[in-house]
Amino acid sequence: MSGTYLGMPSFPRAAASSTRDMRLRGNLRHATHTIRAKRAQAVEELGDWAQLRAAGAALKNRTLRHLDHYLEQLETAVTGAGGQVHWARDAEEANRIVADLVRETGESDVVKVKSMATQETGLNEALAKAGISAYETDLAELIVQLGDDLPSHILVPAIHRNRDQIRDIFREKMGSWGRAAPKNLSDDPAELAEAARLHLREKFLNAKVGISGANFMVAETGTLVVVESEGNGRMCLTLPETLISVVGIEKIVPTWQDLEVFLQTLPRSSTAERMNPYTSTWTGTTDEDGPSAFHLVLLDNGRTDTLADTVGRQALRCIRCSACLNVCPVYERAGGHAYGSPYPGPIGAILTPQLRGMQSELDASLPYASSLCGACYEVCPVAIDIPEVLVHLRERVVEGGTATVRGQRTTIKPAKGHAAERAVMRAARWTFEHPRAMRTGQRIASRTRRLTPRRLPLPGPGRAWSDSRDIPRPAPESFRDWWRRTRGSGSAGSGREGGDAR
Amino acid sequence: MRVALFITCVNDTLYPRTGQAVVTLLERLGVEVGFPEGQSCCGQPQFNTGYRKEAVPLARRYADVFRDYDHVVVPSGSCAAMVRDNYPRIDAEATQGAVARTYELTEFLVDVLGVTDVGAYYPHTVTYHPTCHGLRMLGLGDRPRRLLEAVKGLRLVELEGAEECCGFGGTFAVKNADVSAAMGADKARHIEETDAEAVCTVDNSCLMHIGGTLTRRGAATRPVHIAEILAGTEEARL
Ligand code: SF4
Repeated sequence: MSGTYLGMPSFPRAAASSTRDMRLRGNLRHATHTIRAKRAQAVEELGDWAQLRAAGAALKNRTLRHLDHYLEQLETAVTGAGGQVHWARDAEEANRIVADLVRETGESDVVKVKSMATQETGLNEALAKAGISAYETDLAELIVQLGDDLPSHILVPAIHRNRDQIRDIFREKMGSWGRAAPKNLSDDPAELAEAARLHLREKFLNAKVGISGANFMVAETGTLVVVESEGNGRMCLTLPETLISVVGIEKIVPTWQDLEVFLQTLPRSSTAERMNPYTSTWTGTTDEDGPSAFHLVLLDNGRTDTLADTVGRQALRCIRCSACLNVCPVYERAGGHAYGSPYPGPIGAILTPQLRGMQSELDASLPYASSLCGACYEVCPVAIDIPEVLVHLRERVVEGGTATVRGQRTTIKPAKGHAAERAVMRAARWTFEHPRAMRTGQRIASRTRRLTPRRLPLPGPGRAWSDSRDIPRPAPESFRDWWRRTRGSGSAGSGREGGDAR
Repeated sequence: MRVALFITCVNDTLYPRTGQAVVTLLERLGVEVGFPEGQSCCGQPQFNTGYRKEAVPLARRYADVFRDYDHVVVPSGSCAAMVRDNYPRIDAEATQGAVARTYELTEFLVDVLGVTDVGAYYPHTVTYHPTCHGLRMLGLGDRPRRLLEAVKGLRLVELEGAEECCGFGGTFAVKNADVSAAMGADKARHIEETDAEAVCTVDNSCLMHIGGTLTRRGAATRPVHIAEILAGTEEARL
């Protein structure tokens, strides 16, 4: 891995190598299965989970429908509280705004709270180009940064690493980023945490500028909210003189009361905790307390385009709890990097192609990175019907259609490489529309059944199947023929042959 | 009560025994079944791969072919789910009636006929894999298990990670062959660990994937559709 998602291969190709990485598979299996069981328990404790889930979905839906209104309300409130609001249409604009803001402070080092929005925009790389070093302070994010790696999970970006690997990274890399790790560092979690604490403390005490994301923005008061487990985020939010928060525009809720729902569903879904350890809220600036300058960068980057799609827009309800990743059997085998985006797993498979469009081979392959088993939908605390959106996006991949791109309704062409498949699907439909032709086909298959080998030596779909599974042989007599032979052609009172004679 | 069978394309061509078992079972329970020959495929492979337009005529044909029946019984959780969950998204108006009348086999037995003991005999250890669409889209709940538990001679053994997808997923098995195979291997391993003689599901398509993986591994456990277990009796073993 090397710090960028650009030019990554399609999902199946990336997954082909990760499924063979047994250490990765072991790390992921252990981590996801542990949290999976705990989540189920934490959710079961609440008698009104179904209502909370429905309330969360309804709240987000209503807010999204009136997004323009709430964003303006938020801007007024933030400005009134002494903050400044900046609007960023895309990643580039957001990065430029942030780099300029940092430059104005005269600083060249910034500390960061883990933030998905800035991963999405590639802010760290953009800042580096501008001569500014950004230090990640979330423990897992620190591991990713030191290892010159990419995050592979929404909540636990270094989930693909085990203790051994983390110790090696700390020993080798910490020194070049600041305070070095002790020479005799072991893989004991307490020792690893202590090494990170000392390394980070140095950063916090020197930092003049902090950069954060936010889990929620409250429109009525202009308040931003971060929930976290380590307390490192709170340090970033309170110690620096200047705080810059980069937040996706969909993270808004109308009132404080709305938080009541999400502060119950989010921790239980993500870390299986009843309440998350640190909930920090900040509103503009306050004299003598916390940062004296506050900037809010509101990021669109494909969100209003997503909002324009009536089926796909439900992805914007996501509160990034990561429950869908933890139950996903595909994520568990393929690993987070295969998704080529800061948003891996089921939510990544529907969010990334909507935010980025489906021009690249990778993005066009993401809607297919699912067996449609529905486990993600079942656990999602805001009831995003992920399978529904996957199928909807698949249609856009193979058939094209209308979509909104940068605010314009556009007709999209089907993605390349589906012509043969499309022809097969059409031919199949014709056959199914003519059951008599289908029966002929079945008879041929039955008569030649012994010719169907259990393994196929040729490339193609059959090969993909028969590499690990035996191919079933057509039966000597189809059900249809058996029915005819034993019951005659009568279909117990219905002469309907449909389009048989056509 | 006019009942029609919908024998899905996989059943029809590859696993006709399942359809025959459904006929045997339902007739034993006093149900007269019909098989309208105009039926074909539910359109799931097309719909789930993104070819919604190709699925439209198939959905309408389904609604048309089964119009005159009180109930349609489908020995497949995933095809029943296609009808009930996705037809309303394809053409709500044209398929309305058919959607309401369609039952997966175990639902039909438990909810419509009101039986859990169907008088079956199957002297083997069996483990049960609840397929995703039956479990999550149809909400079959414990219906299949209740039916299996009432079978004479059958010993039901627990399957680890039972509710996890086997990795079939229709075209997923081909488009993402590596991940699908890895999922199938884990499922097969858990099945082997039960030492059961048979693994049972409500879906032949998942069973095709699971069975193909098991035989490739040289496992002793064989795949069997629930209808084939329920159809056997002490007098007439299947
Ligand atoms: S899609 Fe749902 S389950 Fe997945 S991260 Fe978002 S809120 Fe959580």
